[in-house]
Amino acid sequence: MKFFFVHLMPYADLDLSYTEKYNSAWVTLPNSYYDPAKGHLLYNRYLDELEYAEEVGFDGICVNEHHQNAYGLMPTPGVTAGALSRRTKRVKIAVLGRALPLLNNPLTVAEEYAMLDNITGGRLVAGFVRGIGAEYHAWGANPAESHERFHEAHDLILRAWTETGPFPFEGKYYQFNYVNPWPRLFQQPHPPIWIPSQGSRETIEWAADPARRYTYLQTFSPAAALAKYMAMYKEEAEKRGYQASPMQLGWSVPIYAADTDEQAYREAKPHIENLVNKFLKMPAEMLLPPGYLSLQSMKGVMSAKGTITGGPQTIDDLLKKGMFLCGSPKTILQQVEEYQKQIGFGYLLPMMQFATLPHDLTKRSLSLFASQVIPGLRRLGEPELVEKTKKI
Amino acid sequence: MTDVRHTRERIAGCEVSVQRGGAGQPLLFLHGARGAGRWLPFMEALSQTFDVIVPEHPGFGQSETPAWLDNIHDLAYFYLDFVEHLGLQQVHLVGTSMGGWIAAELAVRNQHSLRSLTLVASAGIHVQGMQPGDIFLWPEQELIHNLFADRKLADAMLSEKSSQDEQDIQLKNKLTTAKLAWQPRLYDPHLTKWLHRITVPTLIMWGAEDKLIPVEYGPAFRGLIPNARLEVFQDCGHLPHIEKMSDFVSALRRFLQGVQP
Repeated sequence: MKFFFVHLMPYADLDLSYTEKYNSAWVTLPNSYYDPAKGHLLYNRYLDELEYAEEVGFDGICVNEHHQNAYGLMPTPGVTAGALSRRTKRVKIAVLGRALPLLNNPLTVAEEYAMLDNITGGRLVAGFVRGIGAEYHAWGANPAESHERFHEAHDLILRAWTETGPFPFEGKYYQFNYVNPWPRLFQQPHPPIWIPSQGSRETIEWAADPARRYTYLQTFSPAAALAKYMAMYKEEAEKRGYQASPMQLGWSVPIYAADTDEQAYREAKPHIENLVNKFLKMPAEMLLPPGYLSLQSMKGVMSAKGTITGGPQTIDDLLKKGMFLCGSPKTILQQVEEYQKQIGFGYLLPMMQFATLPHDLTKRSLSLFASQVIPGLRRLGEPELVEKTKKI
Repeated sequence: MTDVRHTRERIAGCEVSVQRGGAGQPLLFLHGARGAGRWLPFMEALSQTFDVIVPEHPGFGQSETPAWLDNIHDLAYFYLDFVEHLGLQQVHLVGTSMGGWIAAELAVRNQHSLRSLTLVASAGIHVQGMQPGDIFLWPEQELIHNLFADRKLADAMLSEKSSQDEQDIQLKNKLTTAKLAWQPRLYDPHLTKWLHRITVPTLIMWGAEDKLIPVEYGPAFRGLIPNARLEVFQDCGHLPHIEKMSDFVSALRRFLQGVQP
């Protein structure tokens, strides 16, 4: 397995009493809640934490994109990735987003990713997402065009990367006379492409297509959903005549490690609860604007209550659903091992800072995980190993 | 009671559902974002003196969603085809909210078949500094309350249980509304440049307490359409045809009698 440390860069100094006046930490929460002096310290602290992940032995680090919210302060992930690209020397840098449908010109992503890939000498992992529903309120992008724009922007970027320019692009949403990006990519034909999602058949069918074989990441979901969607990916691959490698499947999950289970539970409790109850708080109308999901999926979601917008959750709810791993290194190792053997993913993306979790606890948890969990899981899910097992 | 006929018409490759009742000059009613729904009391009242035609827009209700439907202009052209298809002449075109927007877009393109135009709390233009309400971010309860001046009417509407089919249709209507009107929100920045082309007699109606599209939009429309007058209903929200049904019907009748050939 490979391990990528995920950071959201939340505004950890958020005045949590905001919920008395506002119904969300997204879109409509006044930015007077943001103090730039604190923001300066937070950004630098978070970059330190991402750099520290390389020092302790992670394979990669992840940045992402969200707009106009306290949950994640990376509206332009290229800035974060750019800062990290010079201070790190070994780790992969995964940009999990850009949210393609939010862009007027997707070629900016082709260029930005190519720059990162050149600067790092091929350490870039290219993530493409649609962004969560709230971004469509924040950004004015039309959610009813989200799927079509995503696919067209993706096709444009891939062609820009793999075909010799200049060539014209004649799309429904994007038209260019001259597609001819400089710089070209360092990694050929292109960097690994990862598709983070909360789970949808359409996305899985598309990512698993033999022409793409993109790594599918299940993000912040109950373990049951993880198992279901990863099985779906493998079935799709088989239907299309190949066997999905574990490296096509990744799980992104908040994790907290401390010396004992009891200590980990006690230390993590307020912060993980802040994540779901404060930083992720939003009404259904904000999370699921019309058209963001197909009518069919929307009906499914409406009937399955109790998602992000389903009211306050406790650490116990999250642990029970397998949405959060928390405990001693030994406990976490056992849990991941069990899930991995059932589900067969090759990438684990622990989100090891969340909401208000302070620097010292983040660092200690990172260090424990890297020194005592990663080594025990290394050999699991590695493609060579899977091949060997099959032969036996 | 008027005998209301439900038909399906195939126009521009799209099958749409149409309710039609009454006799007299044709009155084509274009519904707003929440759909046409059933035959409403104001339709019944108007059908005493008019041939009232109430289609469900492509992408709404029981009508199909055609692949060509991308923006409000597509619906304006569609309704020009619709009028031709039914062989309608001297049409009294009435549109409410988003339906008013479609009606205005149609009229700037071709008013050949129109006898009059009525815009009720119409979307389609933007008045600087006058932000309409956010129909996509308001939770359903708040949205319904914001549609009416009289809270009791909103509560009554909220207490009605809707069937699974009706809920599915509301999802579909919302999706199509987003497709047509998400950004710029409920208007076309180019429409104001051409509203002067509308020369048929025009009536603009507004509820004084409209929380969705503020009543200040009424004078703005009147200022842009040469032959227009404005009627404002007191104690009335975004849906005068429902909230002030009899005042709405009287005002519309008076206006239409005035423009008879």
